[in-house]
Amino acid sequence: MTQLPGLLDTEAIRKDFPILDRLVHDGQKVVYLDNAATSQKPAQVLDALADYYEKHNANVHRGVHVLAEEATALYEGARDKVAAFINAPSRDEVIFTKNASESLNLVANMLGWADEPYRVERDTEIVITEMEHHSNIVPWQLLSQRTGAKLKWFGLTDEGRLDMAGIEELITERTKVVALTLVSNIMGTFNPVEEIVRRAQEVGALVVVDASQAAPHMVLDVQALQADFVAFTGHKMCGPTGIGVLWGRQELLNDLPPFLGGGEMIETVTMHSSTYAPAPHKFEAGTPPIAQAVGLGAAVDYLSAIGMDRIHQHEQALTEYAVRKLQEIPDLRIIGPATAEDRGATISFTLGDIHPHDVGQVLDEQGIAVRVGHHCARPVCLRYGIPATTRASFYLYSTPAEVDALADGLEHVRNFFA
Amino acid sequence: MYQEVILDHYKHPHGRGLRDGDAEVHHVNPTCGDEITLRVRYDGDTIEDVSYEGQGCSISQASASVLNELLVGKELPEARRIQETFLELMQSKGQLEPDDSMEDLLEDAVAFAGVSKYPARVKCALLSWMAWKDATSKAFSGADASAQEPGEADSAKEKTT
Repeated sequence: MTQLPGLLDTEAIRKDFPILDRLVHDGQKVVYLDNAATSQKPAQVLDALADYYEKHNANVHRGVHVLAEEATALYEGARDKVAAFINAPSRDEVIFTKNASESLNLVANMLGWADEPYRVERDTEIVITEMEHHSNIVPWQLLSQRTGAKLKWFGLTDEGRLDMAGIEELITERTKVVALTLVSNIMGTFNPVEEIVRRAQEVGALVVVDASQAAPHMVLDVQALQADFVAFTGHKMCGPTGIGVLWGRQELLNDLPPFLGGGEMIETVTMHSSTYAPAPHKFEAGTPPIAQAVGLGAAVDYLSAIGMDRIHQHEQALTEYAVRKLQEIPDLRIIGPATAEDRGATISFTLGDIHPHDVGQVLDEQGIAVRVGHHCARPVCLRYGIPATTRASFYLYSTPAEVDALADGLEHVRNFFA
Repeated sequence: MYQEVILDHYKHPHGRGLRDGDAEVHHVNPTCGDEITLRVRYDGDTIEDVSYEGQGCSISQASASVLNELLVGKELPEARRIQETFLELMQSKGQLEPDDSMEDLLEDAVAFAGVSKYPARVKCALLSWMAWKDATSKAFSGADASAQEPGEADSAKEKTT
């Protein structure tokens, strides 16, 4: 078996993930390489979900009975865990949403309804990048269309990185908000957020970071990042679906208006008007995803016990190996950075003229799960003149043997369509 | 699901390329980015030509090739029967075992029966067929102002105005 420096003890880790023993298509063990879409869940998270529903289920922040108090403590305890996980200065800066898309839409709507100086309106500008997930494009297009603000974006270099050349002309005094991804969901690229934050701060623009592909894989420190908002989702980091996070700086959350109205987010309500609860509750209208938050808390515990820096190291080693192995395959073209430097464990590629859906289907017949298509980042495919890519993405339980299985599988695909 | 017949149509497609038509449509399959531009040309009720250009997976491309082979030269009612039967087969979730009459009607298209077990791929197989249906209704309603050559549809429109 291939040994690489920096690898985690995957044999032990894989025992925590029951689904990795799943057999598909006549008894083949599933090789799960679709982690950028969603991660698998360890027993610790599954148990936390079951335990919550079996022993503590109640609505939060309402009843005075014992179950309600336990449910509230568990829900708010999950907030503490997430706050510590991202090094938030205050737990009140952590807003639970249903996913990263909702988090990003929430910010866009806060800024659309805000007073000066945050208000996005005609004669102001929004800056995004060409490598965003659709969830960090469409909310800004909507805001732009509704307010008349101009939408601009960073283009991409041939190597799959942000073209930083025109940053001064792009982010200007008119810029109200810059929204970008920390790690590309299609190419794995790490973006130079620091330089962009510095420029945004010079002109007084807010910075929104989509950390959906970063939070599961590396240390995420919102204070070091210096952004104003950071969004990510639970299901890509061993948590359940239906739970996302928006972190925002306290003073912004105090100043900005709520978006969704309802129970939970109010202080007092009359038939004429209402006053609002302080953040984070101001932004959490209605019954929240309680069990899901508890599950995310368990996921954060699980990842922290292993160590995010060690998970990052593991994936770096694996990425280096995978990039090398894939480049040995004739006609394979990596879309995005072609080396393991400044990139994550998500690798997109094309294989000659074979359509990614055919690649994915023939890999599936061998038990190998990858993602095919445009990965909700269609502008990237347009930029590189391709209809779609095949994407393999790794996580803490992925092994060099799975990289080998992928490489062998791709050889089989080539022969099949030759 | 990758029957020899399908791979064969994929590698050696019939009637590929755009030629003159009465109506043109462009259909996409947003889940995977398959695209097809398809034109139909009618002589009365007879399908004179179905021409197409597109990109996509082997299933979508092979399906367009089969469609061309199967429908060109047919009368519209017969073509509709084929299209509806193919649709029924593709929506069968692998539960429908094609019988002799279906095989006679669908010819090579029967090879797609296996695709119906894969929900994600059914749309690929149906892309060109939906485009054909759409183009045909456009041709006969005369709604397509950008038709390459005035055919039956346009003259029919002229008669009504």
